[in-house]
Amino acid sequence: MTAPFAAPTRAEIMVCAACREVQDGDSVFVGVGLPNLAVQLALRLHAPRCHLIYESGVFGARPVRLPISIGDPCLVSGAAQVLPMAETFLYFLQGGRTDLGFLGAAQIDRYGNLNTTVVGSDYDRPRVRLPGAGGAPDIALNARRTVVIARQDRRKFVERLDFRTTVGWAEGGDSRAALGAPGGGPTRVITDLGIYGFDGRTREMTLASVHPGVTPEQVREATGWDLKVASPLAATPIPDGAMLRLLREELDPGRVYLKG
Amino acid sequence: MSESPQLSRVLTMHEAISRFVRDGDTVVLEGFTHLIPFAAGQEIIRQRRRDLTLVRLTPDLIMDQMVAAGTARKLVFGWLGNPGVGSLHAVRRAVERGYPGPLEIEEYSHFGLLCRYQAAASGLPFFPLRGYRGTDLPRVNANLKRITCPFTGETLDAVSALHPDVAIVNAQRADPDGNTQIWGLVGAQREAAFAARRVIVVVEEIVPEDVVRADPNRTQIPSVVVDAVVEEPWSAHPSFVQGYYDRDNAAYLAWDRITRDPGALERYLDEWVHGLPDRAAYRARLGAAVQDRLRPGPRLAGPVDYGDYR
Repeated sequence: MTAPFAAPTRAEIMVCAACREVQDGDSVFVGVGLPNLAVQLALRLHAPRCHLIYESGVFGARPVRLPISIGDPCLVSGAAQVLPMAETFLYFLQGGRTDLGFLGAAQIDRYGNLNTTVVGSDYDRPRVRLPGAGGAPDIALNARRTVVIARQDRRKFVERLDFRTTVGWAEGGDSRAALGAPGGGPTRVITDLGIYGFDGRTREMTLASVHPGVTPEQVREATGWDLKVASPLAATPIPDGAMLRLLREELDPGRVYLKG
Repeated sequence: MSESPQLSRVLTMHEAISRFVRDGDTVVLEGFTHLIPFAAGQEIIRQRRRDLTLVRLTPDLIMDQMVAAGTARKLVFGWLGNPGVGSLHAVRRAVERGYPGPLEIEEYSHFGLLCRYQAAASGLPFFPLRGYRGTDLPRVNANLKRITCPFTGETLDAVSALHPDVAIVNAQRADPDGNTQIWGLVGAQREAAFAARRVIVVVEEIVPEDVVRADPNRTQIPSVVVDAVVEEPWSAHPSFVQGYYDRDNAAYLAWDRITRDPGALERYLDEWVHGLPDRAAYRARLGAAVQDRLRPGPRLAGPVDYGDYR
């Protein structure tokens, strides 16, 4: 096990950045892995009244161990409500009751559109068949804020998606609103290199901060388009001792999700 | 409607599958991470059904096995993976390389597929939703349509009703008539059961009717839509049953190694499916140590008072 105050890993920096996106009182659609850790951390720190929603049909989960899937039985024991999956989508997402959603992706473009369906241009004979849509399109359409968490490289941050599974800011500008997407659209992208926002007018992804030891050149190198960089470029805040202690000693002592 | 109202609905798994699942059927196996019908799926493999259209929100390990065993012509799904672990490699081999044979796929978002069950269960031809705008999914699935709301003029998405020939769902318990109770994640079991022409319910235990009637809010599926009730403890392993056993994550991790190798997968099917007569034998082979490891401690709900209105 890592000593409590060893320098934070990239995964820990990502979790803490995601944790800061949670506001107290938020109803949050959570996935497993890093988003789950981020929301657990927020519950114990600045957002004790946030509500964890899982698409498996749980509202107000209070898991006492790390869930290994979005349908882990520990999400049910002690939850505020369990409901049919159809109602979870109908009422919490389409009904407009979700403040924040976390998403991952195999590919993302400059407008925060996501691909989790296929790699390769031929849908019928893909190079890699990915899992597909699941709950992502509806989280992205309906949540007031969407945060994408992904490791960054050129194969992931692409000029053009092989398939658009989930809409972000569509083609930028007002194009998302023109589609009739009710939610607020992507607000942040958190990677192992930096944190991004989206330009208020063009809706293009803009590098807002870099993690310790990362240069803007490295980030550009890992991006498949001509990346916009904020000026001045900030340094990503480092998790403090209390955050690291919670993560390392209570939330993921086995380092299941915090390896890298 | 039940096809066999005058006969007992309590059947063995072998009887239920041989009576109600036919070659070429559209078969829904529901249960979202919870209560996955593994024993039923493996009995379908054992009885060598062919040309099935298999439908599940998350195909999971069971449909990786059913595809590898050659039962399926087509897969209808929302999310295709080994949850928390990785890929379903048998399905991927079929989709990416047509190995060992072609597999047709039809994909939805979870919400879209849920709405298809909902439409069929409600007797509607389609269900409206806001769901696919701005995505490429309608380009690859002709079943995703757009309609105009007659009241507001808003453009909405629509999916068609899905009426499976058979729905198979697992549950904690049912009475001998098929009144079925589930607690924990209820997934899409109720919608799938109401949508289907024939319904097989597989339970950890069959309980007297009085037990069900003492707590009617917990009943998810009523007897009138149920054709067969099968009692088979541990029939959802390696998935979990709330209050009975936990997900066997070691088995999910092990599957990742097995499914990557067609030879290993075939040996698994020989050993754990074709080589065993039923779930009791599977459970014996699994062993007491694994079962003990997976049993949770108690966390009881308080009783509620329904009142006696004599």
